[in-house]
Parts: sequence; C-alpha cells; structure tokens
Amino acid sequence: MLAQLFSLGMLGMLAPASSALPTVEMSLSPMLAIAVPLVGAFLIAIAGRWPNIRESITLATAVALLWVVGNLANFVEAQPTAAEKLVDVVPGIPLAFHIEPLGMIYALVASSLWILNSIYSFGYMRANHEPNQTRFYVCFAVSLACVMGIAFASNMFTLFVFYEALSLATFPLVAHSGTPQAIKAARTYLGILMGTSVCLMLPAMVATWVYTGTLDFVPGGVFSEPLANHVLTPALFGVIFALYMFGVGKAALMPAHRWLPAAMVAPTPVSALLHAVAVVKAGVFTVVKVAVYIIGVDQLQKYGQGGWLVLFAGGTILIASFIALFQDNLKRRLAYSTISQLAYVTLGAALLYPISIKAAALHIAAHAFAKITLFFAAGSIYTASHHRIVNVSQLDGIGRKMPWTMAAFTIGTLSMIGLPPTAGFLSKWWMLQGAWTADNQFAVFVLVGSTLLNAGYFLPIVYRAFFKPPPANEAAEVGHGHAHAEHAHAHGEAPLPMVLALIGTAAATVVLFFQPDVFAGLATMLADSLPKVVP
Amino acid sequence: MEFESEFMRALMEHLPVVVVTIPLFGGLLTLFTGLIQRGGGVVAWLWSLLVTAAILACASLLLWQVQTTGEQVIYRLGSWPEQWGIVYIVDALNAYVIFTIALLGFMATLYAKTSIEAEVAHDRHHQFYTVWLLAIAGLIGISVTGDAFNVYVLLEIASLTVYTLVAMGGERDRRALVASLKYLILGSIGATFILLGIGYLLMLTGTLNMADMHDQLTQMHARGELAHNRTVLVGFAFLMVGLGLKMALFPLHLWLPNAYTYAPSAVSVLIASTATKVGVYMTFRFVFTIWGGVYDTSEDMYLLSLLACAGIVISSVTAISQFDAKKVLAYSSIGQLAYIVLGFSMVNEPGVTSSVIHIFNHAVVKGGMFMALGAVCLRTGGTSIEHLQGIGKQMPLTMAAFTIGGLGLIGVPMTAGFVSKWFLIEGAMEHGHWALAFVVLLGSLLALIYIWRLVEIIWLRPPLDPKRVVKEAPLTMLIPMWILIGSSIAFGIDATWTAETAQAAARVILEGAKL
Amino acid sequence: MFGLFNYWLAIVIMMIGFYGVIAKRNLLKQAIALSLFQTGVLMFYVSMGVYEKDGVSGVAPVWTDAAKAGPFDNPLPHVLMLTAIVVSVSTLAVAVALIVNIKRKYGTIEEDEILAIDARDR
Repeated sequence: MLAQLFSLGMLGMLAPASSALPTVEMSLSPMLAIAVPLVGAFLIAIAGRWPNIRESITLATAVALLWVVGNLANFVEAQPTAAEKLVDVVPGIPLAFHIEPLGMIYALVASSLWILNSIYSFGYMRANHEPNQTRFYVCFAVSLACVMGIAFASNMFTLFVFYEALSLATFPLVAHSGTPQAIKAARTYLGILMGTSVCLMLPAMVATWVYTGTLDFVPGGVFSEPLANHVLTPALFGVIFALYMFGVGKAALMPAHRWLPAAMVAPTPVSALLHAVAVVKAGVFTVVKVAVYIIGVDQLQKYGQGGWLVLFAGGTILIASFIALFQDNLKRRLAYSTISQLAYVTLGAALLYPISIKAAALHIAAHAFAKITLFFAAGSIYTASHHRIVNVSQLDGIGRKMPWTMAAFTIGTLSMIGLPPTAGFLSKWWMLQGAWTADNQFAVFVLVGSTLLNAGYFLPIVYRAFFKPPPANEAAEVGHGHAHAEHAHAHGEAPLPMVLALIGTAAATVVLFFQPDVFAGLATMLADSLPKVVP
Repeated sequence: MEFESEFMRALMEHLPVVVVTIPLFGGLLTLFTGLIQRGGGVVAWLWSLLVTAAILACASLLLWQVQTTGEQVIYRLGSWPEQWGIVYIVDALNAYVIFTIALLGFMATLYAKTSIEAEVAHDRHHQFYTVWLLAIAGLIGISVTGDAFNVYVLLEIASLTVYTLVAMGGERDRRALVASLKYLILGSIGATFILLGIGYLLMLTGTLNMADMHDQLTQMHARGELAHNRTVLVGFAFLMVGLGLKMALFPLHLWLPNAYTYAPSAVSVLIASTATKVGVYMTFRFVFTIWGGVYDTSEDMYLLSLLACAGIVISSVTAISQFDAKKVLAYSSIGQLAYIVLGFSMVNEPGVTSSVIHIFNHAVVKGGMFMALGAVCLRTGGTSIEHLQGIGKQMPLTMAAFTIGGLGLIGVPMTAGFVSKWFLIEGAMEHGHWALAFVVLLGSLLALIYIWRLVEIIWLRPPLDPKRVVKEAPLTMLIPMWILIGSSIAFGIDATWTAETAQAAARVILEGAKL
Repeated sequence: MFGLFNYWLAIVIMMIGFYGVIAKRNLLKQAIALSLFQTGVLMFYVSMGVYEKDGVSGVAPVWTDAAKAGPFDNPLPHVLMLTAIVVSVSTLAVAVALIVNIKRKYGTIEEDEILAIDARDR
C-alpha cells in the first residue's frame, strides 16, 4: 500500500505535465535551475543552527528544483534550444545554457533523486549522529547546482566549469568524517578527478577551440569542417577524442576508476550522491554529450576512430564485475558494480549507433534509480545494525529482520542484472540491439558475460539475506565482550525516512519499466536527432 | 568650474610624468610626518594612502585615455626632442602595467596599517612609508619611461628601496637582513648586467631612446650591418641575464624565496605582486620593442621556454615540501613567473596575451594570498604550518580568501588564473607544442598539490592548541584582501575587459616583433 | 689592439669583482667586490665616449673652427656614469648598513657562520 502510494507520487513527480504543482507556460530559464539550489544552499547555511528548519529548507529546495526542471522539460525538443548567455568569460567563450533531451534526462534524474536522497539523509544523518550536518546539506545543495549547470550547459566550457565545481563541492562531502582515512580517500578522489580533467579534458577542449573556433554543443559535432579541410588529421582527431574520454574521470573508465572505491568511506547519502545522483552520472553524461555534440558519432564512424573505446569500455565492464565478485565489503562491491555499469553507458556511446546512444541515455536514468536503492539499502543495514554490518558475509538472514529494505535491494539487483520488470532491462535490451546492429561480436559477448557476472555477485547477497538462517552464534561471534552484543538480535528496520526513501527508489525502478516514457521518450528524441549514418 | 577644467586639462597633459612624480615627492614629504608625530604613526599612513590613491586615480585616467583614444601618449620631459631628452611613452601595454602597480600599491598601503604597526618599530613608520612610496615611484617609473638609461636609474630606485623594505623585516626575524643582502647582491649584479647591455646598445646606435634604438637597429639590419655583429648579440645576452635575475627566472631565482618570506607582510604583498612583473615588462620592451624584428630571436625564445618549463616544474615541486606558507607562495611565485615567461616566449598572440593578462591576474591573486598570510602572522605570530593548523575555523574570512586565491593559482575555472592558463595552452597549441601545454597542466597539478596541502592543514586539521584564542583579521586587512580576491573571481567569471586589454597590449608587443 | 685596452681593463676589473662576490664568504668583502664590479662598468662606458679615429680626436659640435678646438669626447656616457656612480655608492651604503645590522643581530659577518646559526635555530 505504502509502496503503491509512493510509486504514484513518484510518477506524478516524474511526469512533468501531470504534476500537481502549477505549470508555467512562459519560458523559464535553465539558469533558474542553477539558482534554486544555490539560494537553497545559502538559506541552509543561515538556518544551520536549527536542524528542523534546515532540513525543511533542504526538502523545499529539492521540491522547488524538481518543479523547475519539470517545467523546463516542457521546452525540450530534439534540437537544443537557443543558448542563453550569462556572461562572456573570455571573448567568444561564454557561460551559456540550453535545453536538450540528454541534459533533461540527467537533470530529471538528479532533481527527483535529490528529494528522496534528502529524505533518506534526514534519517541517516540523525540516526548516526554525524558531525557537521550543516556543511553536509550546504555542499549537497551546491553539488546539485553544479549538476544543473552540467546538464544545461550549452558549450563545453560551461560544462567544464561546473564539472570542476562539482569535484570541489563534493570534496568536503567525501572527507566528511575528517578521519585521516577519509581525508586520504578524499585526496585520491580530488586528485584523480581534477588530474584527469585538467590534464586531459582541458587540452582536448583547447585543441577543439584552436581547430574549430567554437566550443558550442552542436548536434553532429563541430569537427566535420576541419576534418574535411584536412586542417586536422584523423589521427589527431582520435587523440582529441581519447583525451576527452579519459579526461572525464567521473565516468570511471579504467584505469581512472580508483577514486570510486576510495570514496566509499563517505556517509551513505554521499555515496548515493556520488553513484546515482550527481558525480558518476556527470561523468557518463559528459561522455555521451561530448560524443554526440562535440565529436560527432558520424565523424567517428567516418574516420574510424571509435573502435578502441569499445574495447576499453568492454574491458572495464568485465574487469570491474570480476573484481566485484571478490569484494566482501558491501559498499565496495557496489562501487565496482558502478564502475562496470558506467562503462555500459560509455560502451553505448562507443558503439556509435542511434539505438546504442539511446540505450546509453536511458541507462543513465535506469542505473541511477537502481543503484541509489542499493546504496540506500546498504546504509540502512549499516544504521539499523549500529554500524556493525558492513560486509556481505554478515548478511545471513537479514531479510527477515529488514524485509522492506531487502525487498527493495532485490529489485535494485534485478535492475542491475537487467531482468524485467525493472528499468535496467530496457536499457540493456536496447544496448544489445545496438551491439547487434553494429555487428560487434565483442560488445555482445561483453553484455552477455557481464550479465552473468552481475548475477554472480548480486544474487548471492539476496540468497543470503532471505534463505540463509541468521547465524546462531551471532552474539558470540560479534560479541567478544562488546556492549553491542545485546543489540545484535534486537535491530529491525532503519528509521522511517530511510525506509520510505528506499521504497520510493525501488518503486521508481519498477515503474520505469512499465512507464518508461519520461526518460525513454527523451532518449528516443536524442537518438532521432542524430545524423543518419550509412555504415 | 573654469579652474577645474583647466586643471583637468593640465593634468591630462602631464599624466605620464605625474604618476611618477606624485609618489616620488609624496614619498620624500612622508619623512616630514615624523615632525608631526614621533615615527609618523597614523599620519604617515594616511598621507601614503592619499598619495597612492592619487596614483591610482591618475593611472586609471591614463589607462582610460589610452583605451579611448587608442593611441600612444608621448610626454617629453622638459620638452626636449626624443633624441636628446627623456621621453615617457604610454601605450596599451604599459598603461595596463602601471594600472596594475597602482592598484596593488593602493591596496597594499591600505593593508599596511595594521601589519606595519605590528611588525615595524613605532619610531620608524615615516621612514618606512618614505621608502615604500619611493619603491612604488620606481616601479611605475620603469613602466612609463621610453628611455633605456632612465629604465636603469628607476630600476635602481625601485631595487634599493625594495632591499630596504625587505630588511625592515629584520626586527621580527633577523633572517630578513641576510635575505635582503643576498637580494641586494644578486639584484645589483642583474642591474649592472642590464646597464652593460644598455651600454652595448648605446655603442651600436648612439641613442638611448627605445623607439629610436629600434629604428636605428632596423636600418642597420636592412643595410646588412648586423649580420656578423657580435655587439648586438653580447648586448642581448647581458640584458637577458640581467632581466632574468630581476624576473627571478629559473635558475636565477635564488634571491626570491627568502626575500619574500622574511619581508614584513605588507612588503611581501607589494613586491610579490609587482616587483618581478616589472622585470617582465622590461623584458617585453627590450626583447620586442627594441630588438623585435632586428634579428631572429627564435632560438633564444626556445631557450627561454625551456628555462620556463624547468622553472614551473622545479619551483612547484620545491613548494610542495616547504614548512612555511609564505615560502610556499614564494616558490609558487617563481613558477607563476615562469608561466608568464613561457607565454611570451611563444611569440604568438594567445601566448603573449596570457603573459600580459597573467601580470594582472597573478598580482591580484598573490597579493590577496600574501595579505591573508600577513593576517595570520598578525594574529598568531607566524606563518609556518603549526600556525596555520586548524586556523580555518578561527579566521574563516581570511582563510576563505586564501583558499579561493589558491584555487586561482591552480587555475580552477571561474578564477582569474584559469583565464591566463587558457590563453597559455591555446598559445602552446597554436604554436604546435603540445609538450609545452602538458608542462603547463603538470604545473597546475603540482599547484593543486601544494595548495591543497595547505588547505587541508587549514580546514581539516584540529588547531595545535585548541585553547588559543585567535581573532578574525581586522577590517583594514580584510577589505583590501577581499577586494583583490574578489576581483580575481570577477575577472575569472567575466574576463572580457582584462582579455581585451591584454590582447591590445599583446598586439603592441608583437607589432615590434615582426621580422 | 691597444685601442681596445680600456675595454679589456674594464672587463678584467669587472671579473675580479664578480669573482669576489661569488668566492668570498665574508659579507663585507662581497660588498666591496660588488662595488668593484660596478666600477668596471663605469670604465666601459667612459671608454665608449672616446671620439677618436685613426689618432685624430673629435671636435665638439659647438666649435666652428676645428683648429682652435681641444680634444673632445662624447659627454653623454660621462653624464650617465655620474648617475651610475651615485647608484653604486648608494648600493654600497645600503649593503654596508645591512651588514652592520647583521653583525649586531648575528654577531658575525661570515656567511658560513650565519648559515650555521640559521640552521641551528630551525
């Protein structure tokens, strides 16, 4: 009953036109979507002393943002809208914003998940008595502003600016606990993300500017002219493409994936932010956006430069899945799963076919909802068990104590594996179609192989949770004289906000299978706007 | 009304010389504030503030004049023709440099009050501000003059005063005295080399006027007289070594770190943001305005770019392991200077633009950061890592300024540093040198390391002594600090004005460099 | 060859000074050497002012009758060097003032000892 209510609510929120909130007919600026969380962050900082007011503001901001984004969605067309210029940073390179289908998918995912993540955070942060909660909520809101900037950027420069800002804004979140271990992890996090973007993406950008004289996102890419005029050699074009692809450290394409497992020290809502709402999605979003709007998939095909990326993406999928098999720490296992799932999106872009691009775009949404569910579940278990259960091997029989959590977890895993009735099935299905269309045996092999591996590392968790008896000697095993021994059997579900949030995301994962129109429609719109290629 | 317009007309006519004479005579008059109050005290400071405000106003007028008319302003001292007398020439390049120095001079003076009260003996403030204004006079003078020997004279005025200013830190830390002497010895050697170089030029051309020198040299070049002329090469070599010393170009940078570290905080602000920049400006004049187009300097420029690359990497690596935050910034200054050198060594428009724009951007960022460290020094008595630990919670505004400034040094987008870096990389790629672009990016990464190390110490570590009460910096420090840091953000978000000004200046420079 | 004697001498003096600045560890000796180094440049400039070609000296432009004129050199470098002398003297003055203060604070003007003291303090 509860789940139904929630899923209905989610659907209402996600389908912008049918939103209960009033819709705006006049034109809204995408800049509003950036301003709303920033104003929210400011108010949260002011209200820092009163937790209830602070958290109400967070939630209100999140709802306001979804409302703005939902209304902006009315303006989406296959072609990007005219860019709205904020300011010329350097003559010819403005900060400017537009609306197009891919960015809309990302913005909708991030803004709708922010609401659920906020609800979850209230429960988690309070239950675990985390320090510096105001800083947490402020940084969270600022991160969302950066996400909106990335999603609506109308040129590569704007995207880069918000991309870097997102790295910086999430640094305090990763280093949240302030322990040496957290600081070290945050350092790795920032080092890899900034390192790749500054050393690889920035030169790629400047090269784009030098060779094409523009950084705007143009459907079909901007390189056709210099390539046709032989100003730019195909080899150098390939180098620029490679710089972009590896420059997006947030997409965690191996070998730039190390930051993701390292960042697992952060509180669970932050992990959710990193894995589902903002950071990695910013990465794969940038990958797809660059491939479609800067490089141009047809140009890549014409000059035969995309092939190696399929190998790297496929390799990442398989290797990360394989590593995940051997991770006992639940969050680490999820992290490696994320790495492999992100590579699906990159693979979709690398296959260079409209259907695979469509799959990539949809997978951004599908993975977000499923992965956030899994993280919410992991965090709930951690909270409910009083920080005791962090490993897969401790999960025996937990499904009986926490039925809602583990049910949601199961739905999440189904989506990860790509089984109906979950959103993950749709994107994987299209991805397979793309691989067949491209006649790429390797990609097909990767998709099938990784499905097996996914099942291999996720289903045992579900099996343990529901079908294995709780360890009889649990008290003795954990106890060793610890005071927590008494709690060992006592814990049930996590606090209510957390359970509500994770049921909501799980429900959305299922709803997206039956009603995928919001995201699938946008993804189709994107795919249809691509230049038709005759291989 | 009549009088006012008359005054304005006269002022506009004499602007190029007024920007130098105001601090020159203003500085000398500061000595007399000692008669009003022992040591000058607040009177000396107020007077200096007035003088620097007047310079800033004049410099802004000058910049406005040059930008609106788009022409050079030529001022002949004593109305002597250019060949015989000294001439002051202001064009798009030096109007911008003068403005930068005037702005930083004013901000540093505003800032100096509290810092100097704490760091310099009370009976010597009038002397301090005298020397301070003379230093500003020298720095502006170098930038305005079009006469090669006048450059040397004003350079010595600026240098001697800066040595003295650095030595004023000796009351707080005696190492300042040794640092100042080292600076004096190396600086004098550099200045003497410059003097020798000017001597060779005089020998060759028989004139001291820069424009005239250029004309003579081009004519000689056209007549083929310079083909195997060693005088021109030796002169160039002496000048480049001398200028390299003044710019602290690796490996001639050894005087810089200690001088910046042990100088009084306000002095660090002033010299870190202006002194080496003036060296860069002189290099522009000698290399491009005088030698430009006379003989093929591409190999020298190649050598310069190699030195700059080495400077970027080595100074940044050294900065990582320093224990004094001021020293970190000092080594970082060497690296940032190397960016400027790297920019103009490419001799193309984006490269030179990045050099020119970085003169301003780095001045603003580094000035603001040294101000923040000066505030820490005032409140805790030092700037080493122990003093900085956990200070973020106690001095949040100061340390926020420091952090944002640090982001500017790294070159994070939306800060002024990024704009410079953008043009620099663009220049390198247009030049076809991807390797240079990657050195720049490596430099950014190293900057990320040395800045982030401090940021973690400041914000994430607990204070060494939690009971120690540390107050936020006073307003006279916070205001100039945030004006500088704020402008680093403002010109990072909207760099149209700085970029167009720098591009105009770059065109002036490259005009002379055409073969 | 003899015509370039002045220049040779100027360079020799400069190099003696330069050597002193680098090799001597006593701060006062360094300052003296620096002064010597700058003096070399004075000679260089003054030599450059000589108006003599093939043993015939120049004529000051104010004379219309060359027979009445005495020997003439270009005054410009001389004037320049007046300034340079002032600069060099003030440099020496600042240097000596610094050295006096160093002696007061460190009790020595030997560079090695000062470095040792600083290293010990750290």
